Amino acid sequence: MKQDKYKMKNKIEKNFKQAVLKAGKMFWKTLPLIFGTILLVSLLITLIPKTFYFKVFTQNFFSDSFIGSLIGSISAGNPLTSYILGGELLEQGVGLIAVTAFLVAWVTVGVVQLPAESMILGRRFAIWRNILSFVFAIVVAILTVLILGVFQ
Amino acid sequence: MKIKEKLQSIGNSWIFLIVVLIFYLILLVVDFSLFQSCLEFFYKIFISIFPIFVLVFILMAVTNYFITPEFILKHTREKGIKKWFFIIVGGILSTGPIYMWYPLLADLKNKGLSYGLIACFLYNRAVKIPLIPLMIFYFSIQYVVVLSLVMIFVSVIQGVLINKLMEVKK
Repeated sequence: MKQDKYKMKNKIEKNFKQAVLKAGKMFWKTLPLIFGTILLVSLLITLIPKTFYFKVFTQNFFSDSFIGSLIGSISAGNPLTSYILGGELLEQGVGLIAVTAFLVAWVTVGVVQLPAESMILGRRFAIWRNILSFVFAIVVAILTVLILGVFQ
Repeated sequence: MKIKEKLQSIGNSWIFLIVVLIFYLILLVVDFSLFQSCLEFFYKIFISIFPIFVLVFILMAVTNYFITPEFILKHTREKGIKKWFFIIVGGILSTGPIYMWYPLLADLKNKGLSYGLIACFLYNRAVKIPLIPLMIFYFSIQYVVVLSLVMIFVSVIQGVLINKLMEVKK
């Protein structure tokens, strides 16, 4: 009985150590990405004049969400990058609807992973899933902003 | 060939950082005051989000401890609405890069999991619990709650639609 408890305790400790180690490794891998993203965002925001954002995003529900979703779809990488980028764009005055579509498309549409997804899960499935995800990024952005508008 | 191998061993994220640093180096030579402004902006962002990353790390460790592909596999054996529920929860809790999950999903597909449920799982991977603190920092808690709920709702619609679209072929 006592031996079982000891074994159990050892197993939990081992699993916990592994979980922390895995998180540490994941974090170490993303560290250059975090630094790189913040540096790049700082560079772009300093270099690009605010008027540029207002030319691209015209505060129109549909065109803003479409452009946001389009940019998010062709971008790839850790979602962490999209949050930093989206958050800073919002600070610069880009509308919430465009930023939301961008964030959602970034994580749901996988143009870069499309070949791998097609190979493993089937081409038809991968293409339909990505098309729907692109459209739904726009839908999710509009719905989220509308709901937030109702509650504020 | 050797340079290619060396670059591969460095990893894409390090290459990305090096490329950005090269841009900064060029800026330092070309326009020092602009370089300074960029660094000031970098410092401002970094200082404000650094504490959030400590929380992100803790949440990553906790989800790694509890959620494994075996855990997800165990719960996809449920039936009816319960199955959808566990697929949504599984998608939300799954960690790591997407390609890590493709073999498991292919295996589940062979075992009878519908395309709709696979799409639903993939959609819910977009809701990242360890990154929620960072999202709250930038967008507010109300925004995160509303966006997550809307995404969960849409994931089910996408799943149903995918099932219908894949049926058309048959």
